[in-house]
Parts: sequence; structure tokens; C-alpha cells
Amino acid sequence: MKKHYIPSRLFTLLVYIFLYAPIVLLIIFSFNATKSNRVWGGFSTQWYAELFHNARLLGALRTTIILSVLAAVIATLLGTAAAIGFYSMRRRSRSVFLAVNNIPLTNADIITGVSMMLLFVFAIGAFNSSFLSDLLGVRWKTGFGTLLIAHITFNAPYVILSVMPKLRQLDPNIYEAAQDLGASGFLAFRKVILPEIMPGVLNGLIIAFTMSIDDFVISYFTKGSGVTTLAVEIYTMVKKPVTPEINALSTLMFLVVFALLLTVNIRQARQETASARRKAKLNPGR
Amino acid sequence: MKNKWLAAPYVVWMALFVVAPLILVVIFAFTDKAGGITLDNFSNMATYIPAFQHSFVLAIAATVICILIGYPLAYFLSRESLMVRKVAMMLIMLPMWMNFLLRTYAWMSILDDNGLINQFLANIGFFNLINSIFGTNLQYIHMINTQGAIVLGMVYNFLPFMVLPIFSVIDKIDHRVIEAAQDLGANGTMVFRKVIFPLSLPGVLSGVTMVFIPSVSTFALSRLLGGGKTLLLGDLIEMQFLGNAYNPHLGSAIALVMMVIVLVMMAIMNRFGEGEEGVAVL
Repeated sequence: MKKHYIPSRLFTLLVYIFLYAPIVLLIIFSFNATKSNRVWGGFSTQWYAELFHNARLLGALRTTIILSVLAAVIATLLGTAAAIGFYSMRRRSRSVFLAVNNIPLTNADIITGVSMMLLFVFAIGAFNSSFLSDLLGVRWKTGFGTLLIAHITFNAPYVILSVMPKLRQLDPNIYEAAQDLGASGFLAFRKVILPEIMPGVLNGLIIAFTMSIDDFVISYFTKGSGVTTLAVEIYTMVKKPVTPEINALSTLMFLVVFALLLTVNIRQARQETASARRKAKLNPGR
Repeated sequence: MKNKWLAAPYVVWMALFVVAPLILVVIFAFTDKAGGITLDNFSNMATYIPAFQHSFVLAIAATVICILIGYPLAYFLSRESLMVRKVAMMLIMLPMWMNFLLRTYAWMSILDDNGLINQFLANIGFFNLINSIFGTNLQYIHMINTQGAIVLGMVYNFLPFMVLPIFSVIDKIDHRVIEAAQDLGANGTMVFRKVIFPLSLPGVLSGVTMVFIPSVSTFALSRLLGGGKTLLLGDLIEMQFLGNAYNPHLGSAIALVMMVIVLVMMAIMNRFGEGEEGVAVL
């Protein structure tokens, strides 16, 4: 039986080499003493030093982090409320709203991007030529605000998709039980419903945050000229022929992602063993 | 906890920022700069038929290659022990979390004319060997800025999106179903063909959607790996909105046509998929 697995394991190994070889090369060349991505010229950490002096990139990183945190938190609040609302609806209206909710998920990013760009250009044009703009003395333009709206819009569907299943698993009677025991509507929600759906909410928050950090296409179309995000800045950097700081940046991002994934996985594994142990204690017969 | 009004803010949000933008795309596609209704945007599109062909051919190629690599990988991994499966899935997801532009950038220096593959081939004397046999003067293999490089970029970037859904579907298959098939006398191939494969099709379908849609609409990959030589739909749309060719009306029309073709393709595929699932249940 074991012998049988050798060709398939070789195939698996080759695919993993295909996936990781480019990343390993980026990491190796991030320590190259010369500018080249092709010829090794000795060990150096100069590209890391240069990376940390690249004000444009650091600014873009700051914008990206503020944007992603804000967009993820707002999308989580909006999406969790919406999920509870959808859950309370009749089946037909719920399925209509969920279908609309799916549009940003299934549409190509570029279509979401250009359609929102059209809306922003249209709305800003209308606002700036209206009396309101003169009255308030404000000129609106694309920038952080439009980016934030766009990010909330593509994040919220993920939050809803991760909260909805938790709501479906709820026992509908426990909320009423809490109310029968004298809890007000909000207290019952906070003490009974929220803890139950919390894993879904947190999951949605994390997905939303990573989607925001990673997004290039939608940000590219909605950011305007004033601000820039990390992904957009990376795009302008990789379009130039030689940019060795990119190697250093990739290495750092890889390490951050690796550490994050490892922590999440170890935490999950611990929780699973803990819950398995608890179950074993509850059912000693099994 | 029944309170449907909690959805109200998000419903308004969707109307403003999901539905209204798409309506604007439709309006822009059917109007000209002066605001008059016109079909010119669609008739002008005939010049761009090659871009449509390239986009769809390259995206289909990338999707097929992703199935050919991703399906066996997902299947092989599903037979491993729990620990191996966990680590393997983590390693599949890890590159996904790195920005795809960085991953693409790595390939730019690998595929270059004096890049790492060509250096390697030169160092092992591959070109000398070929040149001495055929009397040619081959110095390198041209790989960057070709359509093949674009397909490679698509496969590399989107392969995890094919592996993950297939794996999660195969992983959830009830082992008793497989054992039942074996008890009834099915051999390994038959179990795969009659049980595992039909049950895994929903995973393949969602994998296809997740690979095909970003592939057919990409503009960064063709710019970086195709050297701007192969004009794809994504490039075309980007040029109409942010490039020199600024014409959001034509851009909207192209985006609309692309969206409709993709939707029709997905609808046909899901139909086909449901049919298969129905057969599997019977």
C-alpha cells in the first residue's frame, strides 16, 4: 500500500516546489549585495535599510493599515447587524438580499472597481456643482474616503457569509428563555446571542482585514490621486525594471504572514484538543 | 432577536454602493459623451475582438491547467494523515496571503532572457549541446513577455483557489460511502470514478469560478509578465478608465459585455454541475 503512494507524493512535492521556489528566490535575493535579481554579488542587508527609509512606501503602509482596520471594523458592525436582520426576514426577501450581497463576491474585481469609480466621479461631480458645496465651502474629491467606502463594500459580504451559518445553528428558544428569565431584549442579545455567534463575527473580521490588506484592483480604481495603498505602491514599484527593495519587502511580508498563520493554526489545534478532552471527560464511556 | 430592521443600514449601503454603480455602468455603456443614447460603444468594440479572444483563451487555458494540477493534488492530499493534511493546507494558503504582485514579480526575474532558468540551462551546457547538435546559435529561450508567461502567472497565482475548494469537498466525503462501494466490489479506479469524482464536482465548479474570473479580468499579470504585448480585456478596461485612451463609455460597454459572457458561462456550468450532482444522488 505504501509503495503505491510514491508517485503521488512526488507529484505533490513538485507542486509545492513550484509554489515556493519563486518565494525562496525572492528571499535569497533580498540579501544580495548588488541590485541584480539574477546574479549573486555577496551578502548584504542594504535593501532592508533602504526599505525602511522609503518614505513613500512607509506612508502607503500606514494608510493601508488604518484603512484595513477601519474598513474591517465598520464592515463587521454593518455586516453582523445585516446578518441578524436577514435571518429575521421571510425566506423570499432574504434570498433576494443575499443574492445582491453575493454580487461583489462573484463579480470580477475590475468591474467592482470601475463601477464604484463611475459612481464616485458622478457623485462628486454632482456634489461639487451643487449649492451644498458652495454653502459648506467643501470640495469633495476621491481619496481616503472613497477608498474606505469601497473597502467596506467588498468586506461586508464576507462578514455576512461567516455570521449567517452561526445564526442558523442557534437554538431559537434560548433567546426567548433569556427574556422569560427577565432579560431585556438587548441584554438577552448581549448575553445569549452574541457569545454564540462571536466565532463567526471574529472570523468575518479577520477575513475582512486580510482582504483589505491584500486588495489591489479595487483600490487602484477608487483611490484617487492623493493617497496610495501598499498594494498600489507595490504595483508602481514592480513596473520598474529593477527594484531590489521589493525583495526585502516580500521577505518581511512572507515572515509576517507565516507567523500569523502558524499562530492561528496552533491556537486552533490547542482549542480542538481542549474541546476533545472536555468531551472525553463528559462522556467517559466513549 | 427577530429584528429585520437591523438590516436596513446595509440594504441602503448595498443600494448605494453595489446596485447603483452597476446601473451606472449600464447607463454609461449605452450613452456617449454628450449624454445621448447610442449603441456606438458596442459597434466600436469590433476592433477589440482579439482582446476578447486572448482573454478568454488564456483564462480557459489557465483554468484547465489548474484543474489538471489542482485536482490530483487535492485528491492525493486527502489521503494523507490528519497532521500532514493540516500542514499541507497551511502551505497552500500561505502564498495566497502574500500580495499577488510580489509573487508575480518573482517570476519576472525567473523567466527573463538572462534570468535564472536560462542561466541554469546555460550552466548545465544545455544550449551548447543543442547548438552543437543542430548547428544553431541559441543563447537563451525567450519566455518572458509571451502569452505562455501570462498563463503561467495565472496558474501560479490562482492554483490555491482551485486546490482549496476541491480538497475541502473530498475531505468531507463520508468514508462509509467509499467503504460501501468497496464492499459492493468496486476496485480503486471504480471507487474514484463512481463515488469520489462525482461527489467532488461541486468543489471543482467553485474552483473553476475562483480561477477563471480573476484570470479573464486581469490587467496586472499581462502588464508584468506579458510585457504589454498581449492586450487583454482587463488592460482594455483599465485604459478606458485610467489610461490615455480615457473613454469610460467604451470601458463600461466592454466591462458589461465581459460580465454578461462570464455570467452566461457560469450559469451553463452550474446547470451542468447540478445535473451531475443529481446523477450522483440517484
